[in-house]
Amino acid sequence: MKPALDTTDRALVNRLQDGLPLVPEPFAAVAAELGLAEDDVLARLARLTALGVLSRVGPMYNAARFGGGLSLCAMAVPADRFEAVAALVNAFPEVAHNYARDHRLNMWFVLATESEADIDRTIREIESLTDIKVLNLPKLEEYFIGLKVDA
Amino acid sequence: MTAHSPSLDALDRSIVAATQGGLPLVTRPFAEVARAVGASEAEVIARFRQMHYSGVVRRIAAVPNHYALGLRANGMTVWDVDDAAVGELGRNVGALAFVTHCYRRPRREGWPYNLFAMVHGATREEVETKADAIGKLIGAACRASEILYSTRILKKTGFRLSA
Repeated sequence: MKPALDTTDRALVNRLQDGLPLVPEPFAAVAAELGLAEDDVLARLARLTALGVLSRVGPMYNAARFGGGLSLCAMAVPADRFEAVAALVNAFPEVAHNYARDHRLNMWFVLATESEADIDRTIREIESLTDIKVLNLPKLEEYFIGLKVDA
Repeated sequence: MTAHSPSLDALDRSIVAATQGGLPLVTRPFAEVARAVGASEAEVIARFRQMHYSGVVRRIAAVPNHYALGLRANGMTVWDVDDAAVGELGRNVGALAFVTHCYRRPRREGWPYNLFAMVHGATREEVETKADAIGKLIGAACRASEILYSTRILKKTGFRLSA
């Protein structure tokens, strides 16, 4: 069930992917660019957020720049242990998200830690608790983050 | 990486904590954040400008929920790309409108893939069509590739910042 986005909603979502200007009245500035009223922009954003089309409108923080550690990790978990291992891994507060994927490496999680050294420590703890090797795949270079919806 | 890590002071951290869930959808959102953290509107805007400049804030944007947009197939496409070409090709792949995240990561034993591009679609067929387009773009520099579909979200909390 796909919530109805009209062409104005789509134009607005796409425009806001590029960033809100850092001015006192940023929504008015975007509204003017798109030829809309500010009230209309605010009402549409409130509706799209309430519908869940948008998770939020706000700053996208780059966790890697907070001085802590950040890494993508993968494990090959035997099917009969999957739920138990997921519970063990998820119990770590350092695990920010965790996805099941249909591959030999079937568990993929992101570690976000206070310091770089905590990444290795957390991986060692997960390995010793589960007796499963963890592949540590930190980002070496980033090429883009964003999403356009069809206008 | 540590060399580029900006140091955030207490006010920066309060601003981050106050806005991780989003900005208030009002005429002057920074003024409202300013009231919450006990600073002026101008100071909050200046701090955002500085955090944007230092890379702590990528941008202030609408963050779409892929599932709610009807994009239910989530494919992590992974590529084994010639190291000499991966920088330029990665930028080309990242520039594709349908690629939401694109990273270079290290190869590991049993894992030859060094380029990751996240692709969403309404169906797996749609993701495969998009992956084919990435494959054409990478061309002969690509030695192998796979698509790993997510089957379940096991945890999603986002990162937390201690204030």
